Amino acid sequence: MRFMMVVKASKDSEAGIMPAPELVDAMMRYNEELAKAGVLVAADGLHPSSGAIRISYPEPGGKPKVVDGPFAETKEIIAGYTLIEVKSREEAVEWALRMPDPHGFGEGEIELRQVFDFEEIIADPELHARENALRGRLVKDN
Amino acid sequence: MARTSDAHRTIDAIWRIESAKLIAGLARMVRDVGLAEDLAQDALVAALERWPDGGIPDNPGAWLMTTAKRKAIDFMRRTKTRDRKYEEWGRTADTFTEDDLERRLDGGIGDDLLRLIFATCHPVLSREARVALTLRLLGGLTTDEIAKAFLVAEPTVAQRIVRAKRTLSAAQVPFEVPEGEELQERLTAVLEVIYLMFNEGYSATSGGSWIRPLLCQEALRLGRILAEISPREPEVHGLVALMEIQSSRFKTRVNAEGEPVLLLDQNRALWDYLLIRRGLAALERARRLGRPLGPYALQASIAACHATARTADETDWVRIAALYEALSRAVPSPVVELNRAVAIAMAFGPEFGLRLVDELSAEPSLQAYHLLPSVRGDLLAKLGRGAEARIEFERAAALTRNEREQALLRKRAAECD
Repeated sequence: MRFMMVVKASKDSEAGIMPAPELVDAMMRYNEELAKAGVLVAADGLHPSSGAIRISYPEPGGKPKVVDGPFAETKEIIAGYTLIEVKSREEAVEWALRMPDPHGFGEGEIELRQVFDFEEIIADPELHARENALRGRLVKDN
Repeated sequence: MARTSDAHRTIDAIWRIESAKLIAGLARMVRDVGLAEDLAQDALVAALERWPDGGIPDNPGAWLMTTAKRKAIDFMRRTKTRDRKYEEWGRTADTFTEDDLERRLDGGIGDDLLRLIFATCHPVLSREARVALTLRLLGGLTTDEIAKAFLVAEPTVAQRIVRAKRTLSAAQVPFEVPEGEELQERLTAVLEVIYLMFNEGYSATSGGSWIRPLLCQEALRLGRILAEISPREPEVHGLVALMEIQSSRFKTRVNAEGEPVLLLDQNRALWDYLLIRRGLAALERARRLGRPLGPYALQASIAACHATARTADETDWVRIAALYEALSRAVPSPVVELNRAVAIAMAFGPEFGLRLVDELSAEPSLQAYHLLPSVRGDLLAKLGRGAEARIEFERAAALTRNEREQALLRKRAAECD
């Protein structure tokens, strides 16, 4: 099963200020540890939201509304993510707890989210049947 | 009660993360893989007793290591062994500080893991024993999980593991990474175990289930670990590339009814492009080492041709045929030749493929191989020779043990009118 560790933005990450070298080192060591455990699937950092846009659909069926960044609420902005492949939710939690504090200054926040994944439900025959039915529909729609 | 089981699940997760490093570090100290695992298990039992109430320590890996080391000292006092290696180790063990243990868990651990995988895949063990022991010691899987993955009874697996540990001990297999010519030979054995594991999960050889994902994931994880701790070996990256790309088709290789879907009929929109990207990157790492591509890297290159074709029609069959030829030179085998025949048929027309298949028909090792008549049937059908094709599909169906595949072949036979 796959999990995404989502690192939230901070004032510094939004201002485009690079993290302190110690933190960069700690993050690199952490990523190496993930890789050496064979669980790392992908990891990326994102540019500040000043270069981003938000697209919303305020009216159902209407035209999209485009808003340019930067966006105000840093806690609602993502600064990066790490995707891991593990055997259990507990294992994902354990890895997430080992990630270094991503920002310092009391601003660090990591969100752990499970990725929808067909493989994980294959062990359950009932869920498997449902998944296959769903997949059959998806294939027909394409 | 709920809290206890929560704690147990957390401890399971920590075990999964720490056990291989723990066993590898201990094995280096006590020079016996079996004893190292017993000591690590003892430490786990201690953790299960203490952590649910006392809380999980900040550095659980170091805690387990310290505890296991203490168990080792107890063990030696209890058995009063005169064995020199323990005596020697006992003297140096007392000089270890917590810092040393920390370093052992970080720095040199890659080498210890490498030594461990060379031990669990040692040629003194049977293939089955290698696979079971590797899953247990490096994957941290329980005997129950291993038994389920291989559809055998748990005591069978437990016994297989106990015997394997005893064999390693009796043969006094050194805990080291082989050097020189032996390295390539032993590395081949390690890669074989991992790929065996992967294939066992990817296509069950009998029974109704096609997919046993745990084994595939475990093999892929071991491959990725090996690529990190042994980055100078092109075939390690080749094998990882092959498994990553094959895994990318996990969802599409069976349809809603659970029947196999051939590669060219799969919905490419559902392939896992993240895994494909990882596979191509691993293949690039293999190529960049600048040595001739080995069998795994060549197979991965073939898989990559399919993975990078946007539609089945855009597949570069000429390149695939050339890669099969290179593969056939690296590891001559009638099965590879059969695949080459398929590629040639796709690249230049079914009649050219059929000519090659017909040459292979006399091959004794292919007499019971269902893919020979299956491929022949397919080529005959393409050439409009329906009656002959049906006979081939029926023959193929009779030769396979996989029920799903059998059904598919019978269906194709019925369509041959």
